[in-house]
Amino acid sequence: MNVKAIMLILMACAVSAPASGQGFAGLGSDAGGFEMPRPGPFDFPADHGPHPTFRIEWWYVTANLTAADGTEYGAQWTLFRNALAPHEAGGWASPQVWLAHAALTTATQHLAAEKLARGGIGQAGVTAEPFGAWIDDWELSDHMAARGEGFAFDLALHATGPIVAQGDGGYSVKSAAGQASRYYSQPFYAASGEVELDGKHVPVTGTAWMDREWSSQPLAADQTGWDWFSLSFDDGARLMGFRLRGATDFVSATWIGADGRPEPLPPGALRLTPLRSTTVAGREVPVEWRLELPAKELDITTRALNDHAWNALSVPYWEGPIRALGSHPGRGYLEMTGYGGTK
Amino acid sequence: MTGPMIALSALLSHWARHRVQAALLLIGLALATALLTGVQAINAEARASYDRAASALSQDKLPRLVAERITVADYVALRRAGWPVSPVIEGEALIGGQTLRLIGIEPLTLPSGVAPDIGLAGDPTGFLTGKVILSAEALNDPRVRPAELPPGVALTDIGVAAGILGPEISYLLLTGDRPAPPGYALIHPATTDLSQLTESFHLNLAAFGYLAFGVGLFIVHSAIGLAFEQRRGMFRTLRALGLSARALTGLLLAELLVFALVAGAAGVVLGWLIAGALLPDVAATLRGLYGAEVGSGLTLRPVWWLSGLGIAVLGMLASAGQSLWRLGRLPVLAPAQPRAWGRESARAMRGQALAGVGLIGAAAGLLAVRGLWAGFGVLAGLLLGGALMLPLLMAALTRAGQRLPDTWARLDAGDVFINEQLALRRGLAPGDRVEQGVIAGIYPDYGNPMPQVILSWDRHRALYPLPVLRYALITDIPAAEIRAAFPRVVVEDRAAIRKASVAVFERTFAVTAALNVLTLGVAALAMFASLLTLSSRRLPQVAPVWAMGLTRGRLAQLEFLRTLALAALIYGLALPLGLALAWVLLAVVNVEAFGWRLPMLLFPGDWLRLGMLSLLAAGLAAALPVHRLARIAPAELLKVFAHER
Repeated sequence: MNVKAIMLILMACAVSAPASGQGFAGLGSDAGGFEMPRPGPFDFPADHGPHPTFRIEWWYVTANLTAADGTEYGAQWTLFRNALAPHEAGGWASPQVWLAHAALTTATQHLAAEKLARGGIGQAGVTAEPFGAWIDDWELSDHMAARGEGFAFDLALHATGPIVAQGDGGYSVKSAAGQASRYYSQPFYAASGEVELDGKHVPVTGTAWMDREWSSQPLAADQTGWDWFSLSFDDGARLMGFRLRGATDFVSATWIGADGRPEPLPPGALRLTPLRSTTVAGREVPVEWRLELPAKELDITTRALNDHAWNALSVPYWEGPIRALGSHPGRGYLEMTGYGGTK
Repeated sequence: MTGPMIALSALLSHWARHRVQAALLLIGLALATALLTGVQAINAEARASYDRAASALSQDKLPRLVAERITVADYVALRRAGWPVSPVIEGEALIGGQTLRLIGIEPLTLPSGVAPDIGLAGDPTGFLTGKVILSAEALNDPRVRPAELPPGVALTDIGVAAGILGPEISYLLLTGDRPAPPGYALIHPATTDLSQLTESFHLNLAAFGYLAFGVGLFIVHSAIGLAFEQRRGMFRTLRALGLSARALTGLLLAELLVFALVAGAAGVVLGWLIAGALLPDVAATLRGLYGAEVGSGLTLRPVWWLSGLGIAVLGMLASAGQSLWRLGRLPVLAPAQPRAWGRESARAMRGQALAGVGLIGAAAGLLAVRGLWAGFGVLAGLLLGGALMLPLLMAALTRAGQRLPDTWARLDAGDVFINEQLALRRGLAPGDRVEQGVIAGIYPDYGNPMPQVILSWDRHRALYPLPVLRYALITDIPAAEIRAAFPRVVVEDRAAIRKASVAVFERTFAVTAALNVLTLGVAALAMFASLLTLSSRRLPQVAPVWAMGLTRGRLAQLEFLRTLALAALIYGLALPLGLALAWVLLAVVNVEAFGWRLPMLLFPGDWLRLGMLSLLAAGLAAALPVHRLARIAPAELLKVFAHER
């Protein structure tokens, strides 16, 4: 069969979900029987696990790493859950489909891999307590491990700060019309372990950031993609910000103090300006940006570690480590989708 | 009307006066084309089915992992250890009132492009959630959706298959370049290559087609020979009136082309009908012999028209070539002299005999050379040489089949048996060594494309510590009772398999017999055509005998007896040629092409029956010409003298 066709459909739902915002509030009540996100407190540890009544959900970790000789690396470990029906069932009858991406980036190389599995049989899944997420031999728990053609990584993760609720107490609004998802992050991981590239094992240390998000709403018709930033500054503060590109752009951001206290910023507070584009896989992709946040006297330029951090997977997109220069130096990750006609 | 047009209408007027001849020419060519295109159509249809199967179920091309029992937990354990495997649950199931080979796949772990496009450009969700069964069959089940799949197959999600066939996984497809994990045996996909398995069947069918085509061309050859013979006077007149030899040849060529196209078109339609009639039996044979599914529906492809008409034109040219050649080389006035034509014929015959000797010599020489093409060369040399020069071919080339010596005891000692395929491929003989041990014997292995070794249980276990998948049991207990006692065990009843095999072979022979009858019919028609030619040509020789006082009735009687005697003589000469051909097919061509050899068995009873049939056919074919001779108007005989033919 054409797995690619399935992938495209699943990915259209799953990956594009940060851009979800189904557009018109009146249509949101029932997305094929799926539950809609509502504001309210999180229920931990249960919320670390899957929410099968929601259409889409992900566990998304990115790590900025450095080797002893100063060489920089970026690692991505992502597990998507996509529900074909709003329930879970045992065995082959499970309507839950799991999709995972892993990538390793250096200044000169970017390698990515993909996995697909169905729920219900134990091949892929997430448990809340103790926390564990897996698909085949890829794992995320107190460490994250994955391997693909020519690369592998295995990194121990250690939280040095609290879990951060994004948006309004974990209710993250995604469009001017008020569409939303449940969204929290753990931006304070210390990471250490080793990466393997072309058969060479390299010990590394650094920081990692986990995003957790679930929702049920498809991409609005006019939204073609997004640019999403997660930044860890040298002074200990963090910034999450995204721009949904549509008929009118929707920009949202959260400032996270070094103590872990989140400050949701009003729409438009963060200004994102592409500075330089490069041709990646035949598409024009902005790899250098200016970020301005006057309230925090922030004015930085971000540069990609590798301009060609292109995940050439069944649904291709740009995802790679970046460095912040200017008022707030630091490191982080940038994800860009929807350039060159892909949703 | 221009000169050539007048000449053409004069030439064509002959056919209006000789309708039987025209009909023979058309029927001969149409039959030849029909049998060849029919057989080719069957082969093409079967191959198209294999291709469909291969592209639709290309998971058949992946190596498989098997074990005594594979559970979902086993599968998950392998995946979580990083093995690139994808599960399949497969079995026979009753769906929508029809028993089908149900294949349950897990699309998410299959590599892109391995399983068929499950057409879910529309509905991957429907497939994954068990709402879709894909099949080419029209089935009475709301889940079934049409798909480009081989006949008799239904493809669905593994969850649906598990619900119908039970949770146990039939096998795992190994989707990456890895060895088998511990506890699993690896089965390489070559063993399921249908086109390889069925190649010998199709080659035989094609050989039948060409044989029939050759015989059909013989009819055409006779009819054209007769038409040229009878129009000698006309040729002379046309040439005398100033028509150049080249123009005359061109006109005759045009005339033959028209015949070829008409007959070719009829042949294609007829071939399509023959193929349609035979295909169900062929399909049943292929299914029974090789498990190859071939649809019984036939589509009249445009390429058939092209190839059919092309074959007809080429065949016509080949048959008419000799006559045209002779016509072109005769002096202007010579065509009117029967002896001139006859001298040409006699010269040709001597040439033929010489060519025949040469061809058979070449064939004998080629016997020493190995290789499939050498084998075909021997075959062609014998067939043509024999046809050109029957009397010289009297050598008996039979050889008794080889027998496996009774050396079972040596197996226990650690020796092995190998099949003929392996022996031929590697040039091995008893006493040589293979990886598994010393060769104690070589056994015939009909139809198997793969090399094979038989070794003792102990030796096998020592060499390959794999899970045991099958046991053979010699017992008096009926299979049904064993099945009842061990419901989870798949019991195959050898006796039942043997019975089913015999039934399958009988079907094969039904196809062969049908083709036989058709070919024999064509041959009888060919004989009739040539006797008709002969009877007209012999008139100048018969007339003097009649003039000397023999009655027409007596003449006819003698002609009839002469025909029978000739038939008997030719039968006597053809028999060894046929046996030689059979021997070359079995011992040379088959061995080179497929690596196995069938023993040559002789059936004298069949020869006798064939002899009677030949005489009967000759008698029937001679009936009309002889009848005509008995009733011929004395004036016709007198004309021979009047026209000084």
